Order: sequence, then structure tokens, then C-alpha cells
Amino acid sequence: MTAVLSARKLNKRFGAVIAADELSLDLAAGERISLIGANGAGKTTFVNMATGYLKPDSGSIALDGADIGRCSPRHVARLGISRSFQIPQLFIDLTAVENLAVAIAGARSEALSPFAPAEARGRRAQAIGLLQRFGLEEQADRPISELAGGVRKLVDIAMALARRPKLLLLDEPTSGVSAEEKFATMDRVIHAVAPDAATIVFVEHDMEIVSRYADRVVAFYSGRIIADGEPQAVLRDPDVRRYVTGGQR
Amino acid sequence: MRQWRLHPLMMLLPVLAAALAGRLLPVWTLSLATVAASNALVALGIVILARTGNVSFGQGLFFAAGGYGVALVANAWGITDAAAQMLIGAACGGLLGLLIGPLIARYSGIFFGMLTLALSMVFYGALVKSTALGGSDGFNVGRPTLFGIVFVDPREADFMLYAISVVTTGIAGIAAAILFRSEFGLVSLAVRENNLRVEYLGLSANRVIVANFAIAAAFAGASGAFALMAQRHIDPQFAYWTTSGEFVFIAVLAGYQTVMAVYVASLALELVRSFSNLYLPNTWQLVLGLFLLAVILFLPRGIGSLWAGKPRRSGAPAMAEPVPERGGAP
Repeated sequence: MTAVLSARKLNKRFGAVIAADELSLDLAAGERISLIGANGAGKTTFVNMATGYLKPDSGSIALDGADIGRCSPRHVARLGISRSFQIPQLFIDLTAVENLAVAIAGARSEALSPFAPAEARGRRAQAIGLLQRFGLEEQADRPISELAGGVRKLVDIAMALARRPKLLLLDEPTSGVSAEEKFATMDRVIHAVAPDAATIVFVEHDMEIVSRYADRVVAFYSGRIIADGEPQAVLRDPDVRRYVTGGQR
Repeated sequence: MRQWRLHPLMMLLPVLAAALAGRLLPVWTLSLATVAASNALVALGIVILARTGNVSFGQGLFFAAGGYGVALVANAWGITDAAAQMLIGAACGGLLGLLIGPLIARYSGIFFGMLTLALSMVFYGALVKSTALGGSDGFNVGRPTLFGIVFVDPREADFMLYAISVVTTGIAGIAAAILFRSEFGLVSLAVRENNLRVEYLGLSANRVIVANFAIAAAFAGASGAFALMAQRHIDPQFAYWTTSGEFVFIAVLAGYQTVMAVYVASLALELVRSFSNLYLPNTWQLVLGLFLLAVILFLPRGIGSLWAGKPRRSGAPAMAEPVPERGGAP
């Protein structure tokens, strides 16, 4: 399969902490990949490097063959990588539909209009359509500040999806969501993302979620990949059990 | 409750009515209203910029740039037309804003504010030292005309200036209201709240700030042209920090609720200052201070909060549709 994202020998240090150590990873089109690892293992650093927030000390990272290692988050987003955040990064005083409208404005190639109302030319319908995919249309006109944590997570992911990305990076999509709701939340995410058939990478600590929704698992430890493969094989790996899951599952 | 909203272009009628009402106003109110409208134009620019989360403490820079630009062009080429002078002032301010904007857009909060203040004071210092521009004394310009008409009667001249300043600031207000409702206006609010997320969505937060900054600078430049036309004299005081402070002061007094509040605040400030100066010449600053205290105590969100109910953000809502009743939290 063709690699959408290809990282080669990435290195990143924060003082004495090694966040990426000769990290090489290929993500194939249409894959649903889960990144697992203990806190500080380098998962989020990888996501941050893939989205342009952090620049690798050395190594290369390419999207569809084009080097993106030195690109800004804005440039990377325009090339087709979107992300959501562990703590949702929303415009808290704006409504859910306005948050989506900003994301849709970012996804279009033309300049922002200073004249056309924000809801003009079906833009509101487009934003509502995205919310509907997540079952959030009832929340459309409520300010984010009034929404519950789980709903904010979904709005955050919906914003990342507005661009129809080639690669969607989700940083802990079920963190802060109650145990009862985590599968429902993940079901909604997978269902919402399905029409765009994007490659999905999600950082996750919950091994039930990992084994249920990922078709490939990459385990990180101390900036390195210690296991990469099908979920059951990776979760049974002795190193993964020792350093990552601590015997979960 | 259903929210009734007037299309901004409908406001052209009251603007024209306000301009024509100048015919009925006593002479002494015309210059006062001209100053109020002119100051409101700068304050409106500050409100526009504030929607990106940045406050400029140095709008005097663009106010002076507009004024000096117009004065130099008027003296060099004899352009005395008030409309042309207003456009030249706006162009001078706007171009300077486009030049400076990219340099300071990467800063935010107090650093942004202090940088604008510092630049205005550098400009002030340069003007004071510049003998070619009259140094600290400045220089004079001729009486403005309009579309070839020379106004010999001082009352007619005052009315012309009043009318053109009211129409200009009115149109600027309508433009601001359209901008606030636009996609660009919505993204400006998003920049204020989370500029990094804006970048992650593929938009340039810096460009949005620069565009708002340039608009605010153009408004300040046009206002500088009006101040020049009213005084027929310009000096470095245009760029001094107290001048900039007064504009910020009007913006704070108005609050960030509505465009109209900026005009009301500017007019209220001029009225309080004029009357307290007239009746209490030795203690007028005390009256002004008490007025400000009263506004801060009783209207902490500014004069605009008297008729704009929602405190949640500045300007008109961009995408909100009337919601009959809010449901409970999910």
C-alpha cells in the first residue's frame, strides 16, 4: 500500500529527554492506526512533528512524498493533515456552528470575505452538516462554554474533519469521556470520519478502545517504536506488556 | 426571544439624516460634534482591532501620519478638497499600518500595545526634531473646500466639515457592522480566542491581525485629516501618547458591544468635557474623572451595554440565529 505519511530517522530531544530516537514509521492510506505508550513515550511529539508544531532535530517526514519537516502547522494543514487535541482547542465564546464555520473558512482556498455574511452561500448548512455527522446539530447554536466535555471533544474532531484531510490525527479522542460513553463517542467518530476515508491515527491509553477500533497498533517507548502490527499481536508483545500496558488485557 | 436585526445598509438613512440635522444645530455644537465624530472614527478602529485580542495604545501614530500626509500634500499640490483630503489621510494611515502591521502582528497582549505606543512616540520624537515639518510648532494649512466650493462663511465651513465627518464616520460604522458579521469578522474573533488553533485550521492569524490593524490605521489616518481640516494647523501633539490614550479611552468607555456605542461614547465625552470646562474652568478634570468613575461603576461593560444585552463577545453575532429557548446542558 502507498504510504501517506513517511517518517525516517526522526530525532527530537528536549534537554536530556529523548522524545524521538531514530523514529521511522510509514502510515498507509486508509489505515486506522493507534499510537500507544506511557506518558512521555513520544506519541504526542510524533503528532506534533507530523503537524508542524515541532521541528525534528534530524530526520525527515513526508506527506505523499513531499517533505513537511520544516512546514508550519498552517502549511501542513493546507497539505492535508488535520488534528484534534487532547484538550479540545475551541473558540470558547463562539457557538458550535461558528467554530465549524471558522474551520470551513480555513478549508477553502479563496481569501476570507470581509463582506459576505458568515452564514452566506450555504456555509451555515455546511457547518450544520458536519455537526450532523456527529449527532450534534441540536447543539449548533450553543456557545462552546455551555457544552459538556464530551461534546467539545466531538466538535474539536468535527473541526479537524472540515478540511477532508488525507490524514487525521486524533490525540486521545476519549480522554475525559466517561467509561459508559467512550464506545459511543468512538463509534460516532468512526462513523463521522468514514465518508472521507481518511487515514486515521489516534493516540490512546485505553486498550479496549485500541483493540476495538484500530487495525494497526504502534507502541512507543522512550522515543522509539517497540512494536508495530495488528492489535492483538502488539498487545501480547512482552515489551508492550512491560512498558506500555502493564498487563492490561 | 427573537432578535430583530437591521441590515447595516439601512443605517445609511439615519447617517444622512444626522448629517442634514447639522442645519438645525446651534453653531457651537457643530465643531463639538465634528471632533466627536472624528475621534469616534479612531476609536472604532481600536474596537475593530480589539476583536483580534489586541489593543493599540499608539493610534496617534496613524492619526498624525494622516494629518501630516494631508497637510504636506495640501501645501505642495494645493489639494484642498475635503473628501480628497479624507481619502489621502486614510491612505497614509492605512499604508503605514500595512507596513508596520506585519512587524508587530507576531506580538500579542501588553507587548503589542506597548510596541504601538513606542512606535507612536518614536514618530512624535522625529516630528519634534524635524525642522522641515515645523518642529514642535508644526505648520498651518489652508481652508478646506468641497467639490470646488469655497466656504467663506465660517458657519457654512463648519457645517461642511460636520457633514463630511458624520457621513464618513457613519459609513465607516456601517462598514464595520458588515465586517463584524462577515466570515472575516468571525475569524477575527477566533484569532482572539485561540490563534494557534486558527493556524491549525490552515488560516493565517497574523494576516487577519494585519488586515484589522491596517483598517484601524486607515480610520485613524482619515480622522487625522478631519482634525487637520478643523484646526487648519498640525503639530507633533497629534502623535503624542495622550492623544492615543484619549482614543483608547473612548473605546473603553463605549465597550465592545456595538458600533453605535463608539459614537455615543465619543459624543458624551466631548459634551462632558465642554460643559465642565465651561462651568467649572478650574476643576473640569474632576468632573470628567467623576463621569468616568460613574461609567466604570455602573456600566462596567461600557455605554454600549445599555442597549446591547449579550456580554459574550464584541460586535454583532456572526452566525447565531434566534434560538427560541435554550435547552439544558447535555
